[in-house]
Amino acid sequence: MRKNLNVIAAYSIMMGLIILVGIFQSWNIALSIFNLCLISAVMTMGANIQWGYAGLINFGIMGFTALGGLAAVLISVDPVQEAWSAGGSNILFSLVLIIAMVLAVRYILKNYKKSKNRTYIVAAIIILGIVIIRFISEPGIEAIENVEPAKTGFLGGLGLPIIFSWIVGAFFAGGLAFVIGKVALGLRADYLAIATLLISEIVIAIIKHEDWLTRGVKNVIGLKRPAPYEVNLQQTDWFIDLVEKFNSSKLNLITDITERQAALNQLVIEGSSIFVKLCYSGLFLIVVIILLILTQKALYSPWGRMMRAIRDNEEAANAMGKNVVKQHLLIFVLGSAIVGIAGAMLVTQDGLFTPGSYRPLRYTFLIWVMVIVGGSGNNFGAILGGFVVWFLWIEAAPIGLYLVNLTTAGLDDTHFLKVHLIESVPYFRFLMMGVGLLIIMRYRPKGILPEKIEIK
Amino acid sequence: MDYVNAIILLLNYIFVPALAYGSQLALGAIFVTLIYGILRFANFATGDMMSFGTMFVILFTWYFQSVGISLGVFPTALLAIPFAIIFMVGYMLIIDKFVFKYYRIKKSPPVQLAMVSIGVMFVTQAVVRIIIGPSDRRFFDGEKFLIKAGEFKEMTGLNEGLAIKSTQVITIIVTLILVSTLFWFLNKTKTGKSMRAYSDNEDLALLSGIDPKKIVMTTWIIAGILATIGGALYGLDKSFKPFTYFNNMLPIFAAAIVGGIGNPFGAFLGGYVIAFSEILLTYAYRKFFMYVLPESMEPDGLIQLLSTDYKFAVSFSILVIVLLYRPSGIFKGKVL
Repeated sequence: MRKNLNVIAAYSIMMGLIILVGIFQSWNIALSIFNLCLISAVMTMGANIQWGYAGLINFGIMGFTALGGLAAVLISVDPVQEAWSAGGSNILFSLVLIIAMVLAVRYILKNYKKSKNRTYIVAAIIILGIVIIRFISEPGIEAIENVEPAKTGFLGGLGLPIIFSWIVGAFFAGGLAFVIGKVALGLRADYLAIATLLISEIVIAIIKHEDWLTRGVKNVIGLKRPAPYEVNLQQTDWFIDLVEKFNSSKLNLITDITERQAALNQLVIEGSSIFVKLCYSGLFLIVVIILLILTQKALYSPWGRMMRAIRDNEEAANAMGKNVVKQHLLIFVLGSAIVGIAGAMLVTQDGLFTPGSYRPLRYTFLIWVMVIVGGSGNNFGAILGGFVVWFLWIEAAPIGLYLVNLTTAGLDDTHFLKVHLIESVPYFRFLMMGVGLLIIMRYRPKGILPEKIEIK
Repeated sequence: MDYVNAIILLLNYIFVPALAYGSQLALGAIFVTLIYGILRFANFATGDMMSFGTMFVILFTWYFQSVGISLGVFPTALLAIPFAIIFMVGYMLIIDKFVFKYYRIKKSPPVQLAMVSIGVMFVTQAVVRIIIGPSDRRFFDGEKFLIKAGEFKEMTGLNEGLAIKSTQVITIIVTLILVSTLFWFLNKTKTGKSMRAYSDNEDLALLSGIDPKKIVMTTWIIAGILATIGGALYGLDKSFKPFTYFNNMLPIFAAAIVGGIGNPFGAFLGGYVIAFSEILLTYAYRKFFMYVLPESMEPDGLIQLLSTDYKFAVSFSILVIVLLYRPSGIFKGKVL
């Protein structure tokens, strides 16, 4: 118990801060911060597995997040029958061709020795394949995008409950990670960082512009929810009763019946949105706890020890007969799959998929700040980092505003400097993140909760 | 006549823009490569450092405009660049002193320095947005075109016009001057030679009495000059927006690696490789073929290899191919 005192203290302070937001701002804001903290925590766990366990830098987190989000769309949206009949066959045929092309290239690479001719043949197959596939898919894509462009214009999904997408998102992200890992994992650390950063940009470019699959920048809105809708809740009897019971002391003070009814309605509206958010919190908490148990188990297993050995001394681990390349690929896929889950969770919570909103600053670099600040190699640290950094990211604006008002208290309200500073308050969050990261890197390079390995 | 038209078409839509864009990328890529070769880390704050320098160029341009100083047909920004460079270099030396120096002396692994540069990226981004704001700004003044499309048509009697913006010419000329001075400096002067020696083998360079402090300072000064001028030229040609500058980091990295990271000449050419391939692969060749081919064979489609949306993706794909087949880049840089 004593050993974990700092963990418990750090988490209680964090919870206390969120509760303070609930009391002073509103419970709605507090819960939405809490939910996004949980999603960030899942992302940081994914990045932490790669960086903390194995020392792999993955700056492609944004791409995996977006793929998870895409999974949410492809699973939950109802299929668009007209689009399928308009261009589905072309798309399916193209898909078959792509698979055939990949298999052909694999076959050649496997069965022929490395030579110039082999390279040329592979290049010829790929170029020819791309031309043929474009030729076949183009009319199909055009037909699909012309099916009610304002409402659909894409193939739609499978129409299954959105929860399934969390698993599918993991598979999507893991699949992409497998391909990237095969190509790029041999590179040196900072090179891998750049390569993954650029590949994630390619992923976003594809998601943004292949309208037939993702609707692109037209966005997909109104996704199904795993939680009840506020409007339905507000008309359910048991929910109204619950709110009434919960607030009975407050309501009993009001004697007038119509006034009491109005107050109750207001409380029900507020309560419904809090209730929905609580549903999400519950779902996310389940995911976080399951992942935490799994990752902790993995960390203390023989496999975890092997990963640390590989991280700390690749050559020695190699000499001991550990397959470094294979283990790196495995951990890269696992970590990315966890990030994919987080991406699907994010889209589930928002109820919409907006490819334009995936930016490296928010979805790659911020996650890295979380991992570094929280403590790499320590799962509790990574989760805490997700909480602390997301909390600051949201609350930076009010804190910045307070600081600006404090420092410029002597100035007139219309003074140009004060006006300018107050206008630029939203950007204080970047400053806070940067300074925070630099200070942590300098004075506590292992993070708030450093890695602690006990031999049991 | 049709062939001349076709050539002018390609010149107008591919060659001139790609040359200007390539020059801007090349300056950034040399910046990345110098930092990588001498200070030994991948600088993720590249784009934001460029926007920081450009911000000072804009502020000085505004100041000169307000007091009525101008360069006539040339943009006022050219006059502002030297003053901006002073501030930029100062900023870089301050960052180095308070941030990077500690890790360099501790001999931290390059990864840690790259992480630190992310912190610098956040801070620089915040400073730029707080001072000048996140919106799109144009600070170009003076004569806009060297040759207008209409004038060119009248002059030559061709169907196709060739428009050359003065910013494009300025970009290319300034880049050539700057890069040739840089190569002269690196290859002929004593400081430049010791910089190359330091980049090649640190221990051996220290052994032969090269002062690392001086090397590092010179590197930051050169980097500051490159970043400011590169950023200002990009801003003059297109427009200044902090977010675009941040995104430009990606093709710049691609250019530096394609050229062979740590190799300034490779980075210089890498900029053009990226720019030309981006534009060549995403241009719609329909009109070109209409001129070249006889009427009966005229194409129906746009004859576009990739839609312009995939501009960035092109440069990154080139990078991946180079990584796979020539990890040290086209012009032998460091093997990573």
